[in-house]
Amino acid sequence: MRRRGLLVPLVAALALLTPAGTMAAAPQTSVSEISSEVMCPVCGTLLELAESPQAKRQKVFIARLVAEGRSKEQVKDALVAEYGTEVLALPQGSGFDLSAYLVPVIAFVIALVALAIGILRWRRAGDPPGGEGPASAAAGPSASDSERLDADLARYDL
Amino acid sequence: MSARSAIAVVAVLALVGLLTFGLLSKGSSGLALGEAAPASPLPRLEGGGSGSLADYRGRWVLVNFWASWCVPCREEAPALERFQRRHADADFTVLGIDSRDLSGDGRAFVERFGLTYPQLRDGDGDAAAEYGTTGVPENFLVDPRGRVRLLVRGPVSEEYLDRYVAPLLPGGRS
Repeated sequence: MRRRGLLVPLVAALALLTPAGTMAAAPQTSVSEISSEVMCPVCGTLLELAESPQAKRQKVFIARLVAEGRSKEQVKDALVAEYGTEVLALPQGSGFDLSAYLVPVIAFVIALVALAIGILRWRRAGDPPGGEGPASAAAGPSASDSERLDADLARYDL
Repeated sequence: MSARSAIAVVAVLALVGLLTFGLLSKGSSGLALGEAAPASPLPRLEGGGSGSLADYRGRWVLVNFWASWCVPCREEAPALERFQRRHADADFTVLGIDSRDLSGDGRAFVERFGLTYPQLRDGDGDAAAEYGTTGVPENFLVDPRGRVRLLVRGPVSEEYLDRYVAPLLPGGRS
């Protein structure tokens, strides 16, 4: 009897946590989330920034699909079916649109290589011909410099 | 030519190529009178399948770009429908093209105004771009040879249709 008393609240708690029944139509995304990733085709701006009559219709259309429990990708697919791929604000990861992702990466790699080559050349240009370090360091102070240094040190000898 | 010069030339050519592509991809600046009207196939707004201006070659066609969210289109639609009913037997038709619109909204618009003339759907706006439209509504009267004879960048009234379109139709009546 005591076990049964514990079981009832446990089952009730699990029922609250389990995504069944009512959760099937629960929103998986939001109008604002999708509006930040799709365009208003007439305005040429992100839908979230658009307030035109067409944009309002588009937001109502999205809200209806979201209320039906469609996922973000499903809503986007429905928008593409209505307006074509240009409704997507983010380039697709295939075809010519792929260049939108590849070109910056390639440009960055080329810039890195160019920078590395430039630094190497600059360092080589600073080296003395045939020497390993600066010429003054290898040869030490000249005789006149040594005499002047000794004289200066003598003056400061306390 | 040194390697550096070759790289510079390639870089300049690539830049010019990109600029050219950008300009070309903007599309044409618009149709002019006497030019051939684009006749790319488009899906029908109702009933499935596709249609094109080419289906009406040999007839006068008033190509009407519209959208359900467009207020002037609502004011224009009844005039177009009345003109269509009066001239449908004169080798003439209005051809509606619902542009950048939700198909459900477009169909509701057709039903609301009782439009009987054929309707095509231009969801992505490509056809509108081919015609060089700057908005909706816009109207293009195309002659039986497929050439643009009149062009109105805005709504047409029944008075305009009677005055400028009707005289061009077989019989020349208004």
